[in-house]
Amino acid sequence: MKKTIITVVGKDTVGIIAKVCTFLAENNINILDISQTIVDGFFNMMMVTDTSACEKGLGEISTELKALGDMIGVVIMCQHEDIFNKMHRI
Amino acid sequence: MINIFEVNETNKMIQQENLDVRTITLGISLLDCVDTDLKSLNRKIYDKIISLAGNLVAVGEEIEQEYGIPIVNKRISVTPIALVGAGACKSPEDFVTLAETLDAAAKKVGVNFIGGYSALVSKGMTAGDEMLIRSIPSALARTERVCSSVNVGSTKCGINMDAVRLLGNVILETAEMTKDSDSLGCAKLVVFCNAPDDNPFMAGAFHGVTEADAVINVGVSGPGVVKKALEKVRGKDFEELCETIKKTAFKITRVGQLVAQEASRRMNIPFGIIDLSLAPTPAVGDSVADILCEIGLEYAGAPGTTAALALLNDQVKKGGVMASSYVGGLSGAFIPVSEDQGMIDAVTAGALSLEKLEAMTCVCSVGLDMIAVPGDTPAASLSGIIADEMAIGMVNQKTTAVRLIPVIGKGVGENVEFGGLLGHAPIMPVNGFSCEKFVNRAGRIPAPIHSFKN
Repeated sequence: MKKTIITVVGKDTVGIIAKVCTFLAENNINILDISQTIVDGFFNMMMVTDTSACEKGLGEISTELKALGDMIGVVIMCQHEDIFNKMHRI
Repeated sequence: MINIFEVNETNKMIQQENLDVRTITLGISLLDCVDTDLKSLNRKIYDKIISLAGNLVAVGEEIEQEYGIPIVNKRISVTPIALVGAGACKSPEDFVTLAETLDAAAKKVGVNFIGGYSALVSKGMTAGDEMLIRSIPSALARTERVCSSVNVGSTKCGINMDAVRLLGNVILETAEMTKDSDSLGCAKLVVFCNAPDDNPFMAGAFHGVTEADAVINVGVSGPGVVKKALEKVRGKDFEELCETIKKTAFKITRVGQLVAQEASRRMNIPFGIIDLSLAPTPAVGDSVADILCEIGLEYAGAPGTTAALALLNDQVKKGGVMASSYVGGLSGAFIPVSEDQGMIDAVTAGALSLEKLEAMTCVCSVGLDMIAVPGDTPAASLSGIIADEMAIGMVNQKTTAVRLIPVIGKGVGENVEFGGLLGHAPIMPVNGFSCEKFVNRAGRIPAPIHSFKN
């Protein structure tokens, strides 16, 4: 399974999760875990997702999510989980 | 499983603290291209580079997107051209055609620099070596992306003073031939002592003869990340300071290791080494000098600078070594002037002189780097500065290098603008007393006593 980490950071507003989840559902991306906090009034969410059933490549998903983030007014990043595992786990 | 705080920490490093992979450098051996016919040599070199590096930029961009980590440069290093061209080139002009071929290949595959217009002459020069060195000014003036380096000394062989003397003139000539762009040609020419075979960083990268046919080397960076981490330990003791640098270097290098393995897998080319260097850029917050200030100096160059830099360089290595299976290249802290806003500020404030920089090179990872000096500096003085720096490398068994830019038509106090990653620099004064009689002695300086270890 190819795990992908999606992070959303920005000013809190109505419907951020809804819009991101709709995009994921449309692209057949399964959400395995969600955690979310508000730090200094800023919305902070991390999703662990499984993109193996999605037909698009990670690069393409990443570009589309970034565009979606620009529309909502938040920063969305979509990255392979290995960059975090490598940095924080020995 | 990874948690939100760890994810945020990584992304903050990338978005706010300029964490990036500075370069993926594909080393290519050109030894199998050797030919006695110049035309056919040029054709073989071009074809080999295109066939091996064709997808380098695309693979780099793919990794960038998937992991969300910027990979700033994709580059190529090749076998020192003095070796490759020796059989076919009958004049310096013949060598320049090889430089033009490298430039064309670099443009075709979309890399921003190609290194290896080089000669290794630490003990003596062959006719080919000397022709290549004499061709450097024309080669750098007539190409855009070619980088050149000459290794003139080593701990095992001593210093080739004939080459050092020649290079003083070559640097001045390069400056003269590229004077319309503030003598930019000199920014692409490095003189080395103890040059490593697997350095991924420009302008000194070349693919050593001890290397395999092709290899992926990766250079990581991240001075901004170290600076930010140190902000949290202000006023704490040295143990905590060192521990923080080490942990941060570990994290940065792990990202480099991941990128290197991925690039190697996707291109089906073996992974060589990670160069775990703190390489600054002119961007605000991406400065090695700022780290020195954070350690406790008012400006880089203040008393204590050499000690602070020694500590930094050592801790970066200690943290990085555990993060990668193979480290190599130059690995440590770079201290270029024009490429580091904190260094530029220190020079402008009068805190940092050429002599202090020389002292710093005894403990940093490379040497006198990207320093603009007056255009009327005599060739002998340039050779003298090179000889001093080479002696530091030879005696201390470390790599040292000189990348000086005598800016034609400009003097002390004026500024030069190189643009992009090369930055801008205030022109620094050079000691005006002569070393001409010293430099004009023929021959070489013998290897130091501690080189006899057999």
